[in-house]
Amino acid sequence: MRTDRLKLAANLTRPLLALVAAFALTTLALLSTGVSPLEAYRLVLFGAFSTPVRLSDMIMLAAPLLLCAVGLSITFAGGLYNLGVEGQMIAGAIAAMVPLRLWPDWPPLLLWLLAGLSGAAGGALWALLIGALRRYANVSEIFAGLGMNFLASGLALYMVLGPWRRQTSASLSGTDLLPRDLWLPTIDRLRLAPAAPVIALLALAIVWWALTKTRWGLEVRAVGLNPAAAGRLGVAAFRRMAETLAACGALAGIAGMLQVVAVHHALIPNISSGIGLLGLLVALLARADPRWLLPIAVAFASFTVGSIQLPLTLGIDSAIAGVLQGALVLFALVARARVR
Amino acid sequence: MDQLWIDLAAVLAAASPLVIAAMGETLSERAGVINLSLDGTMLLAAMTGFAVALTTGNLLLGFAAAALVGAAVAAVLGLFSLTLGQSQTAVGFVLALLCTDLSSFLGAPFVRVPGPAVPFTPIPVLADVPVVGTLFFRHDPVIYASFLIIPATAYLLYGTRLGLIVRALGERPAAVYARGVDVTRWRYALLIAGGALVGIAGAAFSLDLKQGWSYRHTFGAGWIVLAIVIFGGWRPWRVALGCYLFAALEIVATRSQSALPNIPTQIVQVAPFVLMIFVLALVNLASSPAAMRRVATLPQIWQRPLLGAINRLRATAPAALGQPFERP
Repeated sequence: MRTDRLKLAANLTRPLLALVAAFALTTLALLSTGVSPLEAYRLVLFGAFSTPVRLSDMIMLAAPLLLCAVGLSITFAGGLYNLGVEGQMIAGAIAAMVPLRLWPDWPPLLLWLLAGLSGAAGGALWALLIGALRRYANVSEIFAGLGMNFLASGLALYMVLGPWRRQTSASLSGTDLLPRDLWLPTIDRLRLAPAAPVIALLALAIVWWALTKTRWGLEVRAVGLNPAAAGRLGVAAFRRMAETLAACGALAGIAGMLQVVAVHHALIPNISSGIGLLGLLVALLARADPRWLLPIAVAFASFTVGSIQLPLTLGIDSAIAGVLQGALVLFALVARARVR
Repeated sequence: MDQLWIDLAAVLAAASPLVIAAMGETLSERAGVINLSLDGTMLLAAMTGFAVALTTGNLLLGFAAAALVGAAVAAVLGLFSLTLGQSQTAVGFVLALLCTDLSSFLGAPFVRVPGPAVPFTPIPVLADVPVVGTLFFRHDPVIYASFLIIPATAYLLYGTRLGLIVRALGERPAAVYARGVDVTRWRYALLIAGGALVGIAGAAFSLDLKQGWSYRHTFGAGWIVLAIVIFGGWRPWRVALGCYLFAALEIVATRSQSALPNIPTQIVQVAPFVLMIFVLALVNLASSPAAMRRVATLPQIWQRPLLGAINRLRATAPAALGQPFERP
């Protein structure tokens, strides 16, 4: 009875302590620059909600972020650290550009569908290569993923400066913009394309169902807990591993496609802009629990968008959003440590 | 011919931060702890080292501060993973991102500020020896240190009793525990010592090789070092060779720029990392059981040298790398 109450108290106080510790570290960093931490927090925490433009920017960042985090919650359930998510997003963006550039005069609806499919396929293929490297060449998925990230960003650069370079002159700022009618429709005067968050939420619902309500999800989680034991019980462990990677890659690929048709309207070298890695933080903090993915993705996206105003208004670097996000995840990890 | 030696000397110099960081990471991984925070640690240490050296005007203080930062990040990783039982991969990855952003945020006032740098110090007499002098004795103290640290690490690991304990910590912690060694305490020690070296490597960028500070100053060097340690099979000399090969590839890649003007620099810069993963995959494929069975069907004369070559190339990770240690 007493230990139960102690455990409950620990369950409540630990996340709070983690929160306090994360903000304490971020505040220390802010104090070192001499600006008022309160003023900085006002912008970082609430800035994204201050105007409709910023709110729409936040949603357009949260959508691909949620897609990546949802995908990563599948690979985490399967016990894999898919650091290659960044490269999968880039591969998806490049693949999505192919139909858009080949047949620009086809009906937009069909082209978006094709771009989505092609982006998903590109991301999945990029992820499966990691699976193959791990299975057949004994390279851990972490380093295979990092290698594939480098390769994908090299490929994006090559496309931007080579075959798809601007008609006027090759430029690091990206390819020519897509024709106006191929941009995902937005709510007027804002940059918010409603299709993006809808796709992300749909993906969240489907993955939630697949992981918790199907036999496939059970097998994936079994492989994640103990691949050898799952194999003994008749689960095709490698197959499940490859499927989780492909699923994550496909979702990241769709995120890359959204970056092309809804945000940048072109292929740019930095098309993934660290969203994949941020998605890893989201998935780690949510502990791959689907219920937490949406609120955390929205919170992290709003920190990032809110911090963009920092250099102009307070003269400090916007990287403080990353410090806060990293510190939150770091201390949350400790809060979960077992009581010995 | 002289140009060749000068180029080789440039490779030796360019690899110096990689070598120092790779030896640090080799030490902690041989003890069974993977420090995935390398890239962030190097950035934060590079920034701190530069800032301290700039404000105090003392280079040594800069390097000491960088070492301290590296050791501190490693200690945090140790606390969360070794003591509190969280995944080394997860904590290391989060620390990598956190330290990267901390370096960008705290380092903003120092971006592109000119600052102090380690002075060029050719060693008298020895520097004038043909070839050898050009290769090894016309550098600065950081690069000399990177030369010395390789045999030192190899000797520590293979020539001392301490090294025996370190290797056992990574291979069979339960066995050293039974011998009365406190596994967790020793792993902390190696992790922190390795982290200090990684910090010094960061300062070797900002105070020597790539003087100054800018956003993401080290260009992913930490991730590269992590890959090189695996590529080198956790053996100091091979890891060092990996660093030099990598630096040589980078220099060749930038030089070939003028020969192949239609390929952009940025693509050439990602090539060495990709090549390294590719070679690693090939080596692992060659030493896989399936490949071994194929070798066994070849005529006897071919088998011996082939197996010998494969064994030489094969890289096996310390058996307990990344595994938590529970007292039996």
